[in-house]
Amino acid sequence: MAFTFAPFSYMLALLLTAVLIFFTIWHIIAFDELKTDYRNPIYQCNTLNPIVLPEYLIHAFFCVMFLCAAEWLTLGLRMPLLAYHIWRYMSRPVMSGPGLYDPTTIMNADILAYCQKEGSCKLAFYLLAFFYYLYGMIYVLVSS
Amino acid sequence: MQVPSGYGVHPQNYIPPSGHYPQGPGKMTSLPLDSQCGDYYSGLYTVPTQNVVTSNTANQQPGAQHMYGRGPPAPHIVGSTPGSFQGAASSTSHLHTSASQPYSPFVNHYSSPAMYSANSSVASQGFPSTCGHYAMSTVSNAAYPSVSYPSLPAGDPYGQQMFTSQNAPTVRPVRDNSFSGHSTAIGHPSPLPPPPSHQYHQQQSLSGCSTLSWSTSGLPSTQDNLVRNHTGTLATASSNPTNTGASSTRTPPAANRPVEPVASVTQPSELLQQKGVDSSSTTSSASPVPNSYDALEGGSYPDMLSSSASSPAPDPAPEPDPAPAPAPSAPQPSKMAKPFGYGYPALQPGYQNATAPLNSAVPPSSPGYSGFQPYAQQYPGMNQLSSSLGGLSLQSSPQPESLRPVNLTQERNILPMTPVWAPVPNLNLDLRKLNCSPDSFRCTLTNIPQTQALLNKAKLPLGLLLHPFRDLTQLPVITSNTIVRCRSCRTYINPFVSFIDQRRWKCNLCYRVNDVPEEFMYNPLTRSYGEPHKRPEVQNSTVEFIASSDYMLRPPQPAVYLFVLDVSHNAVEAGYLTILCQSLLENLDKLPGDSRTRIGFMTFDSTIHFYNLQEGLSQPQMLIVSDIDDVFLPTPDSLLVNLYESKELIKDLLNALPNMFTNTRETHSALGPALQAAFKLMSPTGGRVSVFQTQLPSLGAGLLQSREDPNQRSSTKVVQHLGPATDFYKKLALDCSGQQTAVDLFLLSSQYSDLASLACISKYSAGCIYYYPSFHYTHNPSQAEKLQKDLKRYLTRKIGFEAVMRIRCTKGLSMHTFHGNFFVRSTDLLSLANISPDAGFAVQLSIEENLTDTSLVCFQTALLYTSSKGERRIRVHTLCLPVVSSLADVYAGVDVQAAVCLLANMAVDRSISSSLSDARDALVNAVVDSLSAYGSTVSNLQHSALIAPSSLKLFPLYVLALLKQKAFRTGTSTRLDDRVYAMCQIKCQPLVHLMKMIHPNLYRIDRLTDEGAIHVNDRVVPQPPLQKLSAEKLTREGAFLMDCGSVFYIWIGKSCDNNFIEDVLGYPNFASIPQKMTHLPELDTLSSERARSFITWLRDNRPLSPILHVVKDESPAKTEFFQHLIEDRTEAAFSYYEFLLHIQQQICK
Repeated sequence: MAFTFAPFSYMLALLLTAVLIFFTIWHIIAFDELKTDYRNPIYQCNTLNPIVLPEYLIHAFFCVMFLCAAEWLTLGLRMPLLAYHIWRYMSRPVMSGPGLYDPTTIMNADILAYCQKEGSCKLAFYLLAFFYYLYGMIYVLVSS
Repeated sequence: MQVPSGYGVHPQNYIPPSGHYPQGPGKMTSLPLDSQCGDYYSGLYTVPTQNVVTSNTANQQPGAQHMYGRGPPAPHIVGSTPGSFQGAASSTSHLHTSASQPYSPFVNHYSSPAMYSANSSVASQGFPSTCGHYAMSTVSNAAYPSVSYPSLPAGDPYGQQMFTSQNAPTVRPVRDNSFSGHSTAIGHPSPLPPPPSHQYHQQQSLSGCSTLSWSTSGLPSTQDNLVRNHTGTLATASSNPTNTGASSTRTPPAANRPVEPVASVTQPSELLQQKGVDSSSTTSSASPVPNSYDALEGGSYPDMLSSSASSPAPDPAPEPDPAPAPAPSAPQPSKMAKPFGYGYPALQPGYQNATAPLNSAVPPSSPGYSGFQPYAQQYPGMNQLSSSLGGLSLQSSPQPESLRPVNLTQERNILPMTPVWAPVPNLNLDLRKLNCSPDSFRCTLTNIPQTQALLNKAKLPLGLLLHPFRDLTQLPVITSNTIVRCRSCRTYINPFVSFIDQRRWKCNLCYRVNDVPEEFMYNPLTRSYGEPHKRPEVQNSTVEFIASSDYMLRPPQPAVYLFVLDVSHNAVEAGYLTILCQSLLENLDKLPGDSRTRIGFMTFDSTIHFYNLQEGLSQPQMLIVSDIDDVFLPTPDSLLVNLYESKELIKDLLNALPNMFTNTRETHSALGPALQAAFKLMSPTGGRVSVFQTQLPSLGAGLLQSREDPNQRSSTKVVQHLGPATDFYKKLALDCSGQQTAVDLFLLSSQYSDLASLACISKYSAGCIYYYPSFHYTHNPSQAEKLQKDLKRYLTRKIGFEAVMRIRCTKGLSMHTFHGNFFVRSTDLLSLANISPDAGFAVQLSIEENLTDTSLVCFQTALLYTSSKGERRIRVHTLCLPVVSSLADVYAGVDVQAAVCLLANMAVDRSISSSLSDARDALVNAVVDSLSAYGSTVSNLQHSALIAPSSLKLFPLYVLALLKQKAFRTGTSTRLDDRVYAMCQIKCQPLVHLMKMIHPNLYRIDRLTDEGAIHVNDRVVPQPPLQKLSAEKLTREGAFLMDCGSVFYIWIGKSCDNNFIEDVLGYPNFASIPQKMTHLPELDTLSSERARSFITWLRDNRPLSPILHVVKDESPAKTEFFQHLIEDRTEAAFSYYEFLLHIQQQICK
């Protein structure tokens, strides 16, 4: 039983997914605050924007990792989200800094609702992914 | 008291189980309130006649009138002009004298080497000696060209004080005799009204109660109560002198006055005074009387007192309408006439109860109040309309007029002859009277659907159109220690809350039951407890509170104005500096503010120039900062200076500025760094920055590239670059907004300047945007004139600082999207660094929970701002609308103008976020969907025809007009900046102005007659019928006037009557009319007089004062005129009929 790249990438993915889940929860809480609380959107965007790119990069990093590990099924499962991320970042409002959220449009009910929905969908996806990685790691370790 | 006891006995009447207040005893409770309310005011404001301050009530009113009516070319209308008219005049003369002083000494000073050098990169420089010649005499001349107020009675002591009305603290001279003086002032300018109605008014005004009887038919007890009230209580009596005094001098048939009010004239003044003291001490126990009155009046509200001083005052305006309408129904006390009684109902007690049509002449308090005259005047037509249309929309009618199916393709003349008015919510009369004026607050659906599903079925947009800071003629201002608000949702108490008993009220937005605070229990009018429902807060849907320190985050800021001026070669070439400086010199004393007002100037080209105007200097110092990458303030303390302390220096600077840069060769413009510097300068205080820019910013942060491809201007496909190119301006705007600074942008540019990016600086900081394409002070005189007029309005209009606006609505509804210039700080809170009376807002709503358990919904906007006098104030508007459950009712209540304006706002958003063609499709679909949804509800009609309910019959026309707007049109050559500017205007104009822009009014003016004419300030204003916007209406024999809101066109047909050309235009025949003509000469002929008075009347109170173009039939300029004929076909767009067919096809698909 050799400790190959595949189980390693699963383990790393497991850890990083935990980070992603943390990010997403942060995101959900932030939007909830925006909607209910009297949080200033400028402040909120300033806290949210810096974590957008790390999240996307971590996710892209998984894809590269699984590509290298030749885990095609896992890669296939991750690709749609990668594509979505790319699309999302391409269609962001005109901004000079990194990030997605523009304090002038974020209070629009449609955008707010969209971001909230996006947050919960991602949370579900990352949670499922977390268990999938756990399963995948064990499976790879056992089968090798 | 009788009334409250009645109230107490029937508390359940006040808890409307179904929302509508039941008729009967319940009604009784509310009707008397009105009169009480009036008394309350008079008690509060007018009574202590010996007390110097309060006497403002009396002179306030006429002041307001004259000021509005006769103020030379309108605009000092609003502004809380510092200083009295006398002050202004004297200062003008002062100006004059100072102007006549030789300026040469200054020149020497200027050219002497400047002394400031703080830093290596701060180069100081003297004023160039070119400024040796000052054309100063113009200042004084232009300032008050028509200051003579001819119609003032000679002996009127208030002829001059009236100008002070804005500014109570400075002048409070009036004495006991104020009433008569007051009334003469009122009476004089009013045209002679038809006697019968006059009498009738008079009676009303005298005893508000006696006329109540017929509106409250079946409630004799009410009347009894009132009468007893009137005679019995001291308080009510005290108000009578005002009324009687006023009306007796004013109206000839004085004999008709009822006896009792006359008797009350003799009411001893001690009593009155005492009363006044009492009432005031109850409202604000802490402060002595004068202070509270000061507080009440300080903020330039000439109107707020009118309710007291002036039952008679409001009359003249409605009276002069003989009305083009036949409308015999107008003065009838029947329900027929009621629906339009929404003006300012609750303010005028007996008055409004008496005649709905009178109410309808909304802010009529002054015959001369030209500002609102248009509205008031157009009401006659409306009354007629109301009797046929609104009256039917009452519950009694099975098929309301607004639901009458109209076959659009069959009906040729869809456009009514008179202007279209807002539909009146289908509420019971009491609520209707209390409801907010549609000028301030409109909803696209006056019947709110019960569920989102129903709304979706109707396919109509749901939203609010707001004009919250509108100049008002009547505004109750309330000073009280506790502002009563709901404890859970913080709603302000309003006329639509229900009182469960005397101690508790139920919030109409969240339904929480709140306690009535002790102070609120006390009715200052009757000096008795237990009448919370008679407080003015509960009697008026538009009120203003003087806020306590709880509503301040910091001490109220002073008025601070900073002018940032482009002085690059391009700007100097355009020559706007002369106009600006002259306007500023003229209006320096009228800038709203108090003794703390501060002002500063910056200029920029490739460097940034500051001006040290510190008091004590012998001349202004210019400080140049050339380090535009890292801008700093050379002397932070002395750049914004007190207007009054440094006035001479400021004047010197303004005189010198236009000539300082005449020889500049600098073509670059460092707008971004200049704005950054302005932000730094303003951040400690906040205030208003006015930026004048003439070209694309080309240096430093925020530089922009030209993005427009002229070949794409008429493209039918994609219009690009509607959004900003950089977020620099947006971010800066947000920073400014955070520091309570608004940036107003004046773009005077001959070429593309990327307004889409530049506009962001104003959009998000709650500023306003003015755009003058191809501005040049000599080559384009009409634009120069426009700038001049706009500036006058801009500089003198009211202003509110560090404002926030919160919009609340009944539980179940929620705000979806906001439109306008502001920053959205939370789901229902808009942050407005400045608020101007010309700013409009739109809000999209959605229904989140079903409204099944309520039959009324309410909307409340609360605008908290700091007035230019440094007072914290809250202006609250509350609108109440019924909830309906059937689709037919939803259609019956559509306010088509509001709907179109909201759609236009949504379409602007759509074209920026998605694409222009998407937005256009969405507009067409809005018509298709709503009409097909309506078609499916009416099954019995043949499907081949295009059927619309009468309430929606103008919908396709307006949408077609929108599609042909500069903002949305395709296929016609449109410059990108023009398009973007049109979009900005759609976003931030209030509804009345926006509608003119969308669908101009066309009148034939070569045959104006006095038939149906109205009287405004002893001028006869003819009222020609509206023509539809189609070339088929244009005959070669005629002359037509088109009112597009910001521009007027007069089109002269080729074979137009020579008499007309000679009498009105002053030329012998058609051929001799010049191509460019922007003024009508003042000729002494009847037709010229008519035409001019009509145009002046149309012009009054526009935020952007329209310029006039005379267009000859064969001149090249006629395309501009013809592009507004939206019912006609163009190469790129449908005609109205084709558009209808297109819609019909879409529906059938």
